[in-house]
Amino acid sequence: MLIFDQSRPGRRAVIPAAAPEDALSDLPESLRRQRSAPLPEVSELQAVRHYTRLSQKNFSIDTHFYPLGSCTMKYNPRICHQLASLPGFLARHPLAPEILSQGFLACLHELQEILREVTGMHAVSLTPMAGAQGEFAGVAMIRAYHLSRNDHHRREILIPDAAHGTNPATAIMCGFSVREIPTDSQGDVDLAALRQAVGPQTAGLMLTNPSTLGVFERQITEIAAIVHEAGGLLYYDGANLNAILGKARPGDMGFDVMHINLHKTFATPHGGGGPGAGPVAVNTRLEPFLPIPIVGKEGERYRWLTEADRPHSIGRLSAFMGNAGVVLRAYVYALLLGRTGMGQVADYSTLNANYLLAELVKAGFEPAFPQRRASHEFIITLKRQAKTLGITAMDFAKRLLDLGYHAPTTYFPLLVPECLLIEPTETECKEDLDAFIAAMCQIQQEAESSPEQVKGAPHHQPVRRLDEVRAARDMDLAWQPTES
Amino acid sequence: MPFIPHTADDVQTMLDAIGAPNLEALFEEIPPTLRLHEPPSLPEALNEQQATRLMEARAADYPRPLCFLGAGAYEHHIPAAVWEIVGRGEFYSAYTPYQPEASQGTLQVLYEYQSMMAGLTGLAISNASLYDGGSALAEALLMAVRANRKSKSKRILVPRTLHPLYRRVARAIVHNQGIELVELPYDPTGGHTPSEALAPYAGQDFAALVIPQPNFFGVLEDVDALTDWAHQHNILAVAVVNPTALAILKPPGAWGETGVDIACGDGQPLGAPLASGGPYFGFLCCRKEWVRQLPGRVVGRTVDLDGKPGFTLTLQAREQHIRRSKATSNICTNQGLMVTAATLYLSLLGPQGLEQVAATCHANMRTLVERLTQIPGVRSVFHRPVFHEAVLRLPRPAREILDGLLVHGILGGFDLSDDYPELENSVLVCATETRDETDLQRYTMALADLI
Repeated sequence: MLIFDQSRPGRRAVIPAAAPEDALSDLPESLRRQRSAPLPEVSELQAVRHYTRLSQKNFSIDTHFYPLGSCTMKYNPRICHQLASLPGFLARHPLAPEILSQGFLACLHELQEILREVTGMHAVSLTPMAGAQGEFAGVAMIRAYHLSRNDHHRREILIPDAAHGTNPATAIMCGFSVREIPTDSQGDVDLAALRQAVGPQTAGLMLTNPSTLGVFERQITEIAAIVHEAGGLLYYDGANLNAILGKARPGDMGFDVMHINLHKTFATPHGGGGPGAGPVAVNTRLEPFLPIPIVGKEGERYRWLTEADRPHSIGRLSAFMGNAGVVLRAYVYALLLGRTGMGQVADYSTLNANYLLAELVKAGFEPAFPQRRASHEFIITLKRQAKTLGITAMDFAKRLLDLGYHAPTTYFPLLVPECLLIEPTETECKEDLDAFIAAMCQIQQEAESSPEQVKGAPHHQPVRRLDEVRAARDMDLAWQPTES
Repeated sequence: MPFIPHTADDVQTMLDAIGAPNLEALFEEIPPTLRLHEPPSLPEALNEQQATRLMEARAADYPRPLCFLGAGAYEHHIPAAVWEIVGRGEFYSAYTPYQPEASQGTLQVLYEYQSMMAGLTGLAISNASLYDGGSALAEALLMAVRANRKSKSKRILVPRTLHPLYRRVARAIVHNQGIELVELPYDPTGGHTPSEALAPYAGQDFAALVIPQPNFFGVLEDVDALTDWAHQHNILAVAVVNPTALAILKPPGAWGETGVDIACGDGQPLGAPLASGGPYFGFLCCRKEWVRQLPGRVVGRTVDLDGKPGFTLTLQAREQHIRRSKATSNICTNQGLMVTAATLYLSLLGPQGLEQVAATCHANMRTLVERLTQIPGVRSVFHRPVFHEAVLRLPRPAREILDGLLVHGILGGFDLSDDYPELENSVLVCATETRDETDLQRYTMALADLI
């Protein structure tokens, strides 16, 4: 039932301060709304009950193991939420003077420094509001860099075929064209193809490392040399930074620019699809182009660096200071990890992934890259099950929901048929990993003995499989009030 | 080890299962020259208690002055139930509803949100949110350039009455695709965009005209005339609106003869705290004919195998994870949790409640302007009606007076001198429903005292 179905004319929940009768008398009729907005009229209890019940129809990290590959669904510490919600942070107006904001600015400046240190980059801007906006900032900086050198012919961005869809979409948004680079059979970039592809038109290469295939790109030094010799820059997509935090740094690998998904590596909540945050980090040659505002420190005072300080900046990507509240949560998380905690994130996320992989292989599942060590995530392919039993990766995913597990990422990356991309994260304990393995084995058995049980899944969710074709065809995208 | 549950026995058992001698061996594929052998040079970890102490001290730096500053971010009362529910782990710690059967909660909230925004703007379609108002405008402009097939110019008319930060954000994002923003002057006495400002461009090729309502000065634009002018010249009309104001102002879908094509704005007034600028959310609504050009997530209602109603992400053929380089935008993660807050906020206020909030904002603004302009040397700069902000001219530089007000514990407004040097000594003041009679008196006395 929709909230609108519970609506009755005249019913009220929260009653705000009353306005004087003639409050709107100075507004011309032609500018006024003629009919009330079609919003629900419900009691406070109705609203609270309705949305509480809706929340109970969700899988979430707090309620379920959520091994969604490439999304780093680790525990979101409550303390980060609580401290970012202190009244002095929540009530602060974004345009409040610096003199009243030193504490807030100090948090941001320190996070900039922490991110510099763990990435091995030279400078950081916290403003991008999601990974994709971080990518946008990074690629826009690559463009600004080449243009600043009057190098107008670099119009092409190279992207491995295993990359996230955001990479090519970002390159296009920044006015570039895209050339795909193939992957070799071991999951590394095809170096010969890369050498063929680079040239005076190359603006840069976007790379995720460890890659979306769940393995570390071993030839990264050679890749960096090839791209740099051709005059291009190297972009690091930070989607998988969790795997190497404290173990290796993109700056040392030769990357010129990168983004960091704070909602992945730094444990800020995913909120049902945001808000996230995607700070960018750069080396010295790209520093002048960083998006503003940035927090600077002069003596003991913090201040915003804006257009006047950074005339070559690619500009502002949000009206104020990005997703400041997300940034504060990430800062608290970084404080709680400290110097030794950073490397433990990589240690235990990698341990969990490799354990899960090893046990699933023992149970008969087929890894996509059997010769390779898993990073913090790995891929299994169900092409054998699809061929011999008619049970697809989608079927496995849906049956997992019935057994109380959020499904891994399905059908991504596109290179591996019938794949599940599984990322357990470091915050899951061994018992829960073992239970997940048992669930996978159960589904495998069902696939052999009672395939309908799997093909028809889920059976125990609020809805069964949905008619997505009908959703796209009928386009019922908003409730319509009935004419009265 | 914070948040890591492994015992020493677990680690050993797991390493044995993997066949690795130790944790370091798991990183053997990283070339040795790239491996770090020391932890990063960072401070030692704090525990919860230490972190709390530090952050409480940092937060206390902000003394919570009495706020008359708006300029795109507005202090509103947020009903207690909003964040009590939004903060539930099932909303807070879920992700994008890729598995609809396990995400019906989030999906239905988004569908209800889309319905409420469509209703508020008077347009058929709303997406499930963008990042903030400024970036939503940028996406709206990219969308308009794609949608307007009659225009070849990639030029867009943008009034100077539009928020200066929105103009900068839009430019930073769209100029990469060769899109040019042409600024329209405002009427120096009305503070609005007059038809004379448009006249020189009649007959030229533009993809879109941006129409803010209220505009940055708080002033109400002649939205009907602007919308009709755009359509008469094959230009798409893009509204930038304040969602609170939509409770009392004509919705963009009803502007002019046929309504605007696209409406966007910042959803912050609907349940998001000021929070130093974010997270807020951007909203983007459009006429049905432009739906395939819409960026971002969209939720649709459909049925399951048993014919039972349910919700799912739809029209994904527009999106980056399917279309890659042909997508309408690179956006994936957006502002789901803030939209959940907005949906609760709008449900708890209802149509009457939101009207009351908007009317009280407006009434407070009128009272404040009346009182302040009785102070000798203070006057209203523009004569047209406003929503909940207005521009006042002061007898001395605004910065000086705002600094003085700060000593009285008052955040007095936005100094316009940087963005509008021609508006000498002018300040943009805002009063929402959170200000009461005592607050208005306090501001008036403090300002009189300073002048």
